[in-house]
Amino acid sequence: MILLENVHFAYDGLYTALRGVSLQIDDGERIAIVGSNGAGKTTLVKHFNGLLRPDQGRVILDGVDTKQYSVAELARQIGLVMQNPDHQLFLDSVEREVLFSLDNLGYSKEAAREQCERTLNNLGLEDLSDRSPFTLSGGERKRVALASVLATEPRILSLDEPTIGQDARQKENLAKMLKGLNEKGKAVIVVTHDIEFVIENFPRTIAMANGRIVADGATNSVLSNDNVLERCSLTRPQLTETAIHLHAAFPEVSERLTLMDDLEAVVVQVLGGG
Amino acid sequence: MPLIEFVDFSFKYLGADSLALRKINLSVNEGEYVVVTGPSGCGKTTLCRAINGLVPQFHRGYIAGNVIVDGKNTRENNVAELASTAGLVFQQPENQLVTLNVEREIAFGPENLGVEPDEVRRRVEELIDMLDLDHLRDKHPHEMSGGEQQRVAIAATLALKPKVLVADEPTSNLDPQGAKTILELISDLNKRDMTVVLVEHRLDLVSKDASRIILMDKGCIVADGEPREVLTMDLCQEIGIGVPKATQLYKRLRNHGINFTKVPLTGAELAELVLEVNQR
Repeated sequence: MILLENVHFAYDGLYTALRGVSLQIDDGERIAIVGSNGAGKTTLVKHFNGLLRPDQGRVILDGVDTKQYSVAELARQIGLVMQNPDHQLFLDSVEREVLFSLDNLGYSKEAAREQCERTLNNLGLEDLSDRSPFTLSGGERKRVALASVLATEPRILSLDEPTIGQDARQKENLAKMLKGLNEKGKAVIVVTHDIEFVIENFPRTIAMANGRIVADGATNSVLSNDNVLERCSLTRPQLTETAIHLHAAFPEVSERLTLMDDLEAVVVQVLGGG
Repeated sequence: MPLIEFVDFSFKYLGADSLALRKINLSVNEGEYVVVTGPSGCGKTTLCRAINGLVPQFHRGYIAGNVIVDGKNTRENNVAELASTAGLVFQQPENQLVTLNVEREIAFGPENLGVEPDEVRRRVEELIDMLDLDHLRDKHPHEMSGGEQQRVAIAATLALKPKVLVADEPTSNLDPQGAKTILELISDLNKRDMTVVLVEHRLDLVSKDASRIILMDKGCIVADGEPREVLTMDLCQEIGIGVPKATQLYKRLRNHGINFTKVPLTGAELAELVLEVNQR
């Protein structure tokens, strides 16, 4: 379990990015962090693994203040996939990139090879394993960066904008992998602007604006709140838009609907279709 | 004569094992708003680069067939000559911005092409006005939000008076409101007769304004038509395209025997259609 208590942070002591953030993440949760550009989302996740340290307040992992741990110690438990893959990748083949992470965590050669192969398969990278990451497309490089962290199966995994440049198929594969990790009891946290991805895969959403948390709760209630959407520069999910338009004529259609299955069921019901 | 014409065009990057584009045949006429989409690695970015001559002039490789843009063959004209025909906007605006303020940024391109100073000044003012950049005049690009930077990058591209604006995922790093503003701007430009070729995954935001959607897969064009026609093809699910949720739900409701009079692309359109069925 990771706990943030009233965390404040300013870059160079000048540019304030976090203004008193408190939150708790339990093992086995799936959480999305949303908010406009510059809201402090990336700064927040960099506090989980100690890349940034709070100016004020505390980050507590299983009851122990993380200021006692080095980044290397935290990395064994807390993984972070950065927004820009080029800040992360440095080796000359996809496979070596993934093996490097596993090697660092003390996997045996054989176990590392097996885990590497499984991860590359899951992310559709198996045919690219010998390629240099720098000859790959932007979306492919992003998946290599993901693979190098996902392979280590950290207890708490944060991903900064993992869906940028990914098509619908790859987003589905990514969601499947994250759910798989989650079922093994790992906590998964994504920072994203992709609200459809959030709706379908993350039960809890934290909305940020201006260095503060402005909402933290069930995804469907956070993302159907117009005030939150406005403050976080988000747009209303398409199907919630439909639900709100239908609500006037059919009170049984909740204005808080976000999921396709739910809207499908209620529309079939009100239209009396088969 | 079409503004952009690909004739049996294939391209393979130097050192790559497979073709990035395979025998592309494509015509785009003046005034069209073409959205190009497809799985990652399908050749969308290469297609954009081929329109403004970066392929094959800057990115070298094996080439077959021809691309003719406004009568100019991209094999024979250099990137600077093509820049005033096809303006390219990239995913990361900060990779494109070179100067320290908005006015100089917009003036940079035309000045380098030797446009008269009076004309440059006129274009700068016109674009500042048209793209609503007045409040950013004295800001350094690094003090701007991603959306503001992208507006400036678009203004700088338009300063060369291109005949077609080619934008390669210009919104993928922006928050949804920022993305919406940029896509509305692009749609406005199209309404003022600018031809647009836009690579975009977020079809829920662009389909209602586009005149045409092109689906690419493995270097080929696999579908090409009106948005409402292309987005209801089963092929979209097969190759993994992010069909708008309203369009997906429409297909599901149709399987329940509910018949609508048209294909919805937005949440509001779907609601209208449901209400219409209810009144029948």
